[in-house]
Amino acid sequence: MTKIKSLADLKAMKQSIQEKIDTRAKGNAEGLVQVKVAMATCGIAAGAKQVMDYMMAETDKRGMNVVFTQTGCMGYCHAEPTIEVTLSGKEPIVFGFVDLKKADEIIDKYIKDGELVDGIIPVNYETINK
Amino acid sequence: MHLLVCGGTGCNASKSQEIAENLKSTLTDKGLGNEVQVILTGCFGFCEKGPIVKIMPDNTFYTEVKPEDVADIIEEHVIKGRKVTRLLYTDPENKQHVADSKHMGFYKKQLRIALRNCGFIDPQNIEEYVGADGYSALAKCLGEMTPEQVINEIKLSGLRGRGGGGFPTGLKWEIASKNHADQKYVVCNADEGDPGAFMDRSILEGDPHSVLEAMTINGYAIGATKGLIYIRAEYPLAINRLLTAIGQAREYGLLGKDILGSGFEFDIELRYGAGAFVCGEETALIHSMEGQRGEPTFKPPFPAQSGYNKKPTNVNNVETYANIPIIINKGANWFNKIGTEKSKGTKVFALAGQINNVGLIEVPMGITLREIIYEIGGGIKGGREFKAAQTGGPSGGCLTSAHLDTPIDYDNLIAAGSMMGSGGMVVMDETSCMVAIAKFYLEFTVEESCGKCTPCRVGNKRLHEILEKITKGNGTMEDLDNLRNLSRVIKDTALCGLGQTSPNPVISTIENFYDEYVEHIKDKKCRAGVCKSLMQYVIDPVQCVGCTACARNCPVNAIQGEKKMTHVINTELCIKCGACIEKCKFNAISIC
Ligand SMILES: Cc1cc2nc3c(=O)[nH]c(=O)nc-3n(C[C@H](O)[C@H](O)[C@H](O)COP(=O)(O)O)c2cc1C
Ligand code: SF4
Ligand code: SF4
Ligand code: SF4
Ligand code: FES
Repeated sequence: MTKIKSLADLKAMKQSIQEKIDTRAKGNAEGLVQVKVAMATCGIAAGAKQVMDYMMAETDKRGMNVVFTQTGCMGYCHAEPTIEVTLSGKEPIVFGFVDLKKADEIIDKYIKDGELVDGIIPVNYETINK
Repeated sequence: MHLLVCGGTGCNASKSQEIAENLKSTLTDKGLGNEVQVILTGCFGFCEKGPIVKIMPDNTFYTEVKPEDVADIIEEHVIKGRKVTRLLYTDPENKQHVADSKHMGFYKKQLRIALRNCGFIDPQNIEEYVGADGYSALAKCLGEMTPEQVINEIKLSGLRGRGGGGFPTGLKWEIASKNHADQKYVVCNADEGDPGAFMDRSILEGDPHSVLEAMTINGYAIGATKGLIYIRAEYPLAINRLLTAIGQAREYGLLGKDILGSGFEFDIELRYGAGAFVCGEETALIHSMEGQRGEPTFKPPFPAQSGYNKKPTNVNNVETYANIPIIINKGANWFNKIGTEKSKGTKVFALAGQINNVGLIEVPMGITLREIIYEIGGGIKGGREFKAAQTGGPSGGCLTSAHLDTPIDYDNLIAAGSMMGSGGMVVMDETSCMVAIAKFYLEFTVEESCGKCTPCRVGNKRLHEILEKITKGNGTMEDLDNLRNLSRVIKDTALCGLGQTSPNPVISTIENFYDEYVEHIKDKKCRAGVCKSLMQYVIDPVQCVGCTACARNCPVNAIQGEKKMTHVINTELCIKCGACIEKCKFNAISIC
């Protein structure tokens, strides 16, 4: 593993990661899709883990190019499980109350065809720009 | 094109469902059903101006839409591409219509600083944290700043402790830095014992590295090489993520010897708590970490003078730490522009109770309770009336409708008889009985008191007994005076913060809801219908048709009456089980 021994190392690492994130955000040739699953205690209690496992298996089965990451609490505890889907070149969209059925719908409609489905949670906060 | 219709609870109550239906059917009529989709969404956090309809991709944000407006939206906007101006939001300041939600930044009441990475990065992957500017604050401190400069920056930022007390963080660091010793410690308080609170847990689960980075900066600033995180064993996921994060930080050389080539050394370990509320108090926490009983001791000496292993120790809360890296990166003068004069930055609250959008929110200091409840929180469940909000948990008090427009900060909350506390905010409506609420918190304190000092051990028990007596309908007006006097004595004489603040819920509810106490005592009535002993089941002679269903189902035979004649409940015998109400098909039985 890369050990960070100096400020220069840290900067270099940050840059390479940011480039990675940037290409992810802009979307590469294959149209990579990114799905973030909120996996804090509230999300997991509501079944986020099963939803993530299910979606991974299903997208795999259908040969879709989707990257799954887990993340912390997005603050929408009233609508758990929540997931955020970013299609290449598009703004991230958060869906709430995602059960297996909803997950199916999201895969079939939004991820496949870019067609929105019910259950979008509008982002209602600002994050400081870094 | 997508039409997003808010299906949040607030907008739903004002017919957003009907709006969505109308939009769909109109679109189908016009043959646009396939090109334009109608989507129901969750709350936009703008319920005061609901129902909301947002048009994508042009981000037009329509407010206070009525089902009748559907024709215009489709005719004008969807077909002709012209915005329906009268439905656009009007900026209250310059009276201009705002067309694009991208320019409506002000509607977003929440500002995420401490939670900046929660929900954005993978907490199990240090590289994502580095990519989000992680550890660059540490690099800046080690490479460009002296410890004094770091402390001065934090002082200048105006950051105050988020663990409840609100002590200025920079000042705390300065005191610890000036106490010389061969070994000093940095301690992160992740005990989070306030019932209903989960802010710290969410930060540790969502962004553990920010806390590790901040503790390392803290170590550099005060000259400590060891850090300890005191976390309750009931937080297995947070513990897991912390352990992963610590392992990764060590592997990447961001913990350990010679961090970033600066020669500075720092490492962090976990210590587990058994989940006693009093162990969140810093002296008790330190004793618990030393393997002794988790009991508070008198201050002074403060931990900064003699803490863990009798060495100078700096204790800060998780959320306090989460603010540190960003303050270093963006500068104190950025941070101290957010918030009010004496309370800078933001506060994370765990919003709970009778509110639609239960969840974790982060708001700038100085926001009002009204904004939190009606905009971010989406209003009271079932459209009921707001009654009170409890902040500060068992040490705090309640805010009432009189405080809806008070800017929330440390000092205003104290002036209102509550306190900031660690961030639990429980919203109550008319179905909550304030005497029962006070009793609930006292029950908690009695349970959690460590028993070391008499005022807290015995006094709180007495307070609880008196409250119990009142909720049972046996209270006297004298009891009210006793509650007040005893509260004062406990506050003045208890040894630690737990006892010193435990009567607050009693004092605050008596202060704000005196009438409700008197009703319990004099009229033997609980208007919220919570105190079971005070409820009476009665049959309305007009509604009753004498079907005998109730009498047959009463487990104690408390209901008398001939067939086809009015029935009567013998209140002496009635055990208030509620079976009769369920059985009566004529709505003849009520509780009063
Ligand atoms: C009874 C009691 C319980 C406390 N529980 C906590 C807690 O769970 N978490 C916390 O950070 N501080 C708690 N505190 C406050 C701590 O004593 C201490 O002030 C705080 O950790 C300091 O950090 P800060 O300055 O960053 O807020 C508690 C205090 C008392 C009196
Ligand atoms: S006030 Fe209560 S919790 Fe604190 S030392 Fe006394 S008995 Fe223990
Ligand atoms: S509440 Fe229960 S005990 Fe009382 S009258 Fe009705 S059925 Fe009987
Ligand atoms: S069930 Fe209702 S209507 Fe029938 S006897 Fe009882 S109170 Fe009267
Ligand atoms: S904005 Fe629609 S429910 Fe809150």
